[in-house]
Amino acid sequence: MGNISGLTINPSTLVRKTRRLPVKGKILVKQGDYVEGNDIIARADMPGFLEVLKVAEKLGIEPIELRDVLIAGEGENVKQGQVLAALKYFFGLFKSEYKSPADGNVEYVSNVTGHVGLRRKPKFVELKSHISGKIAEILSGEGAVVETRASLVQGIFGLGGERQGKIKVFNTDFIMPEAITEEFSGAVLVIRGNIDSTGLKKAVRIKVAGVVCGGIFGKDLNEFLGYEIGSAVTGLEDIGLTVIITEGFGEMKMSERTFKLFSSLNGKSASIDGTTQVRAGVIRPEIIVPIREPGKVSAQENESETKLEIGSNIRLIRSPYFGRTGIVTEMPAAPSIISTGSRLRVLVARLDSGEIVTVPRANAEIIT
Amino acid sequence: MKTILAADCGSTTTKAILIVRDAKSFHLAGRGEAPTTVEKPFEDVTVGLMNAIYELEEITGRRLSRGGKLLVPGTDSEGADIFLSTSSAGGGLQMLVMGVIKSMTAESAQRAALGAGAIIMDTIAFDDGRTDFQRIERIRNLHPDIILLAGGTDGGTAEHLVDLAELLLAAEPKPRFKHSYQLPVIYAGNISAREQVSGILKNVMEVRTVDNIRPVLEKENLLPAREVIHRLFLEHVMAQAPGYTKLQSWAGTSVIPTPAAVGKIMQQVAQEQKINLLGVDIGGATTDIFSVFNGVFNRTVNANLGMSYSICNVMNESGLQSILRWIPFEISGDQLIEILLNKMIRPTTIPETPEELYIEQAVAREALRLSLYHHIQFAAGLKGIRQERTIGDSFVQAMTGQTLVNLSKVDLIIGSGGVLSHAPERAQAALIMLDAFQPKGIFQLAVDSIFMMPQLGVLSDVNPDAAKEVFHRDCLIPLGTVIVPDGISEPRQKIAEYILRSQDNEESGEIHPGEIKVVPLRTEQIAELEIRPARNIDAGSGRGKIARAKISGGEVGLIFDCRGRPITFPEETEGRINMIKHWFNVVYSGEK
Repeated sequence: MGNISGLTINPSTLVRKTRRLPVKGKILVKQGDYVEGNDIIARADMPGFLEVLKVAEKLGIEPIELRDVLIAGEGENVKQGQVLAALKYFFGLFKSEYKSPADGNVEYVSNVTGHVGLRRKPKFVELKSHISGKIAEILSGEGAVVETRASLVQGIFGLGGERQGKIKVFNTDFIMPEAITEEFSGAVLVIRGNIDSTGLKKAVRIKVAGVVCGGIFGKDLNEFLGYEIGSAVTGLEDIGLTVIITEGFGEMKMSERTFKLFSSLNGKSASIDGTTQVRAGVIRPEIIVPIREPGKVSAQENESETKLEIGSNIRLIRSPYFGRTGIVTEMPAAPSIISTGSRLRVLVARLDSGEIVTVPRANAEIIT
Repeated sequence: MKTILAADCGSTTTKAILIVRDAKSFHLAGRGEAPTTVEKPFEDVTVGLMNAIYELEEITGRRLSRGGKLLVPGTDSEGADIFLSTSSAGGGLQMLVMGVIKSMTAESAQRAALGAGAIIMDTIAFDDGRTDFQRIERIRNLHPDIILLAGGTDGGTAEHLVDLAELLLAAEPKPRFKHSYQLPVIYAGNISAREQVSGILKNVMEVRTVDNIRPVLEKENLLPAREVIHRLFLEHVMAQAPGYTKLQSWAGTSVIPTPAAVGKIMQQVAQEQKINLLGVDIGGATTDIFSVFNGVFNRTVNANLGMSYSICNVMNESGLQSILRWIPFEISGDQLIEILLNKMIRPTTIPETPEELYIEQAVAREALRLSLYHHIQFAAGLKGIRQERTIGDSFVQAMTGQTLVNLSKVDLIIGSGGVLSHAPERAQAALIMLDAFQPKGIFQLAVDSIFMMPQLGVLSDVNPDAAKEVFHRDCLIPLGTVIVPDGISEPRQKIAEYILRSQDNEESGEIHPGEIKVVPLRTEQIAELEIRPARNIDAGSGRGKIARAKISGGEVGLIFDCRGRPITFPEETEGRINMIKHWFNVVYSGEK
């Protein structure tokens, strides 16, 4: 076993974000331009929804007869309420009509099913930069790469999509809902410990942009969401704010290193994204705080993967040492038997408390 | 062929094994593993493969690569004669299935896809209870690798097939990998609608037509669709996934989806031994169940039931109480939720305390129970067909579409996947399977030693004898024979008396209601078992009749499971905990 990925906690690193439109469109920026997080960098027309209209069935005719009664033919643009097909019967005294439910274009007419395909008007989509920085690359018709020097913290799990706001740090093990007041509207609240469902609901009510916390209890999260989380594939929730946890579920405190970094960023503008995908193509939620002035290059710049070896800084990620940090002191080559009876490869670490522990290698992550 | 290098590029781990032939037979020389590297920063599956091979080189002392390249073909002293691989990395093969009627053509299409090793993301049918709008929304939000569209019998009406094609046209689904190529659609429905369906979809998708999977209602013809699925898997899915072109170029035969390879080996075992077989592969994201009953093979995959990525789905589907009942200590529902959520977000971690191990094994019981339940529903005869009737049928009206899985008739149950193959004690794997499946009768239990069935499945295409030899010698670990008497409904003194005669020993005893009893019988031992059941108890030969069987041993031995079916639990916590602890002590430690 070689590399174990850890979550990034880096005060100064080069962040490159690829921003892509869902379909091809127009790019509004040039290479080298400086953009702010809220700037729109590309636009596109999304093809409208194709609605299948069961015209023959509605008019009570055979599919083969549809073309005879059709008023608007293939390729024609129609308006909402416009008659698409009309059937006269009883010597023309009575008439059945089928009106278009929306503006659109008649894309096809089927003699087999008696359906008409109505393509709704295209939708306009805009792509924001999300982070402030320089346009490093244009992806022809698709988007752009935005580059910035930034402080970057990856969380372990998040909910909700991209948002921006100023960081407000709370050095507390638990934030009381009363502490979340109107003055934090639009802010990103960074809480060292936990928040409960009442606190989250209050944050939504006063329009907080995001909450970043050490941990959250599962029952609080379920209560806030109104459903139970089944898999860690998130980001599209419409919950009124973005939530990111840095350590895990239960009573958790942010690691010393993470909290120190956030404390140094208090008051600065952050771009946050709760999107998480713990599956193929792992995506972890992140907090990006662009650094305006040229900073010192971090030694770990762009190293998202480091080798686990003697001397590596690690965080233990499973009970009974969950959340403890330390340094690897031994990497025995031969597998060892642990208290469950499993025989597996382990490492020996000296924790920050001075305690020496032996743990499965899989239960340690490198702090980068 | 003397040396075979075979790999399975799994979603989390890539496993490489080396098989060598000595004077007598093929055997496993070693196994190496490393994290799969389809993700950033590597984005090349061969990086993880080479890491696994480096470990294998260390373990076996045989050089298999030089300068990042495989030494294939090799020589007597280094390299291998052939390299083979299976893959489920990047989420495996993900398909959307469409048919006209849910329990008929859509179900046949599901069987075709599952048999080819796919994960089914959804099944769209006209009677699926959704509106067209909901179907279109669903199709649009999925990003399948392949769509299989079926429906109708040959020569029947084309209307519903055209409807389905129009749904696809309206939804315009995009493939999972690069959006720049057209999504492949396999049309395997009524041949009279081929032209119309192709005409509707030709500009937005790549349409391949194959023979109808249900040419007439009474017949299912899955092979042509399965072959095209496999071809498209190689051409599209594998070609788009990072590093796969290189992987395929190294392989001496086609890279096949992992579940398809496991299915092959399961079918071969059942055929060779002429037995009914139930197999399971429980992974981090999914649980696959394989069955061969009366020669008919079925596979189902539960994409949302697994031990890490999907562990919370197991909790949501089974309910907290169902998991808690298997845990041999007190723990609150809230604590359990926390532990499972943390496993979900850090899926590669390993239980470090006995308590957390028992919790994961409790979840495994429920994941397997639910997966088997789904499998039993699905593995059925064709539904909705005309049945020819005999005089006998006038008295017994059999339903069509009855399940083929009969848990009283199973001969062998094979468990695979981390929680079973890597259980610290083999007896734990045995009890997990017994608790989850609750089979009846007389059967054998076994586990895949180190999860090498995928590699042996792909090897069986190239060298069936080698695959068979290694399977029996190194892969299959017999756990023992299990006796589950039927008819335990009333409290009584004893269920049966038994006599076990082996070459060097004779042992007799009694079995009682509610107990689980283990009699040591080593793997290589064969013994004659005679059971004299009480009235109304069936030990395999009918109620009250003496049953005799030649049985073989295993890592656990002979297990008498008299806990009744279904297994019930005392209502108060202390009694339940004591009962589970007692089972653990008996099966794990051989306590009397």
